[in-house]
Amino acid sequence: MELLRFATAGSVDDGKSTLIGRLLYDTKSIFEDQLESIERTSRDRGDEQTNLALLTDGLRAEREQGITIDVAYRYFATPKRKFIIADTPGHIQYTRNMVTGASTANLALILVDARNGLVEQSRRHAFIASLLRVPHLVLCVNKMDLVDYDENVFNEIKAEFRHFATKLDIADLTFVPVSALHGDNIVHRSANMPWYDGTSLLHHLEEVHIASDRNLIDARFPVQYVIRPQAQTNHDLHDYRGYAGTVAGGVLKAGDEVVVLPSGLTTRIDGIDTADGPVAEAFAPMSVTIRLADDIDVSRGDMICRLHNQPRVTQDLDAMVCWLSDQPLHVRGMYAVKHTTRSVRAQVRDLTYRIDVNSLHRDESATSLELNDIGRVSLRTTQPLFIDEYRRNRTTGSFLLIDESTGATVGAGMLL
Amino acid sequence: MTAHVYELSHLEALEAEAIHIFREVAAEFERPVLLFSGGKDSVVMLHLAAKAFWPARIPFPVMHVDTGHNFPEVLDFRDATVERLGVRLVVASVEESIATGRVRERPDGVRNPLQTVTLLDAISAGGYDAVFGGARRDEEKARAKERVFSFRDEFGQWDPKNQRPELWSLYNGRHHRGEHIRVFPLSNWTELDIWQYLATENIELPTIYFAHQREVFRRDNMWLAVSEFTAPREGEEVTTLTVRYRTVGDIPVTGAVESTAASYDDVIAETAATRLTERGATRADDRLSEAAMEDRKREGYF
Repeated sequence: MELLRFATAGSVDDGKSTLIGRLLYDTKSIFEDQLESIERTSRDRGDEQTNLALLTDGLRAEREQGITIDVAYRYFATPKRKFIIADTPGHIQYTRNMVTGASTANLALILVDARNGLVEQSRRHAFIASLLRVPHLVLCVNKMDLVDYDENVFNEIKAEFRHFATKLDIADLTFVPVSALHGDNIVHRSANMPWYDGTSLLHHLEEVHIASDRNLIDARFPVQYVIRPQAQTNHDLHDYRGYAGTVAGGVLKAGDEVVVLPSGLTTRIDGIDTADGPVAEAFAPMSVTIRLADDIDVSRGDMICRLHNQPRVTQDLDAMVCWLSDQPLHVRGMYAVKHTTRSVRAQVRDLTYRIDVNSLHRDESATSLELNDIGRVSLRTTQPLFIDEYRRNRTTGSFLLIDESTGATVGAGMLL
Repeated sequence: MTAHVYELSHLEALEAEAIHIFREVAAEFERPVLLFSGGKDSVVMLHLAAKAFWPARIPFPVMHVDTGHNFPEVLDFRDATVERLGVRLVVASVEESIATGRVRERPDGVRNPLQTVTLLDAISAGGYDAVFGGARRDEEKARAKERVFSFRDEFGQWDPKNQRPELWSLYNGRHHRGEHIRVFPLSNWTELDIWQYLATENIELPTIYFAHQREVFRRDNMWLAVSEFTAPREGEEVTTLTVRYRTVGDIPVTGAVESTAASYDDVIAETAATRLTERGATRADDRLSEAAMEDRKREGYF
């Protein structure tokens, strides 16, 4: 059974929380006491119906305000797949949360209110999903019950979105007309929409092909930790030296000729170990331990890859950055950068433009990025990094910008 | 996992993610410690830690915050596990905190809320900068927004507004002296995942997790065990039932559920069909108020 992570984005009013509540409820992933608890809260608040949205409201502050803040992770499973939902609010002030939730997502689910059609927020969410290179996108046209389940309404929204999506880089796009409140097309196909010939949302989530979304071509192994037991009692272990890490791309096999960056020294993979025994090959996202044939110096932050397929070794970064901090980005400022297992310092060279996430227009006169802004930034690092374009590999193409004095994560970067 | 199909099962993916987290913390922190209670989540967590550093030993100690109200079966299990894995055990004792006046025994005798002080004192005394905990996000509403790396200030307090965004698999553990982080490698695991993993890996658990006979009485809609710490009050009838525990907390606050599940398969079937959450069914300490867990996290409990 596979694992699928999907991000949901939508505002308070377009029914996203109800949709999630419905998914959890209809797959029997909600427990009785949780349901009782929200029934009680709904009654206390004077809501007319049990508000399934309350299932996803956790913190006291947000229960009081009736909105959700921050990324919340929900879990459910069917016999076919296990799902992790990164649930994020829709407002523009929470762009950073959507970026966070979308970063690990295989799929993005965008909700639209059938009565309103595409609004600024839907476009913004689609843009973010595209920027974060979420491989699959589903547009759920919700509240179909309020437009009499009209096929024309659905088709119009579909056409409008398709037109908008031509400006974005979206590989796989699906449209589903639903009513989260009544359950139409969420788990089961709706009897109210016989004109719809697609599958229910859940069926799509269970079947969408995600195995090919990873980069299985460019071998990338960032060394994370060096394992050296040096046990005197066990002779076999005395000389053991393994380079532990999580495969970031490609397929590595025992016997492969490899090169270690930054030294450029070449060697062969002697073996790939796990606690359950050696494996013949390793691929993303396996966490393994690599033994090399030669006794060369390898440490955390180095990268193992193939001689004829190496990442770019560079100190000049050109990236789309989402600003996550309420302290604005300082051009000429110094930041810490974390890229795979490597930490370096960097100076921001230039802010090329800030992008308006609603209009997609570029503002080249921008001099800074504020919280929730997205812009194109160039940086110069103190040490070389081993990078790929984010579009080619989301692991070796991404990095964090960190404030050196507070330690806070202030920016999320995607390499161009 | 076959060689030619480059896919991982959900358990393999969760395992790989947890191992990645252990290694990242070991690499970037000076003195990690792993909270081990003998409960199923901490057992899985320790098992994963052992895998992460294999064939070397786990490079940090385990700590048990001992309220003094444990199931004896769990204590035995703890000791046996620690010896088998060759890890150092640090016991932080709530009783000692009471004896030295750091905390005061509550009138209701419930010791869970007191653990916070003992835990914080032990973290401070040991100079630990990263504390692994077995918490999962599905356990409770207030945990849905927890990050894998959870930042606490010098008082161990958690401010939901002050946590760091976690993107991709990049974890930023930078911190100031005197601060520590809590790390939750099991964040994305559900109760069912835990049981499935225990079964798949054939991991041993304390016997109380499986059906056994026990003298219990009913209080606050739960079956509580008759023990040296919990005596039934007048009107509370003692009966012998076949029960098991879904979660391991202190004897006075942990409810048993009626069950005949004697094997992993049985437990998994029961868990998949169950209608009550793990904590809802069996933990009195969460019922104190609706935002109980949130309040206790702010205080630094977990």
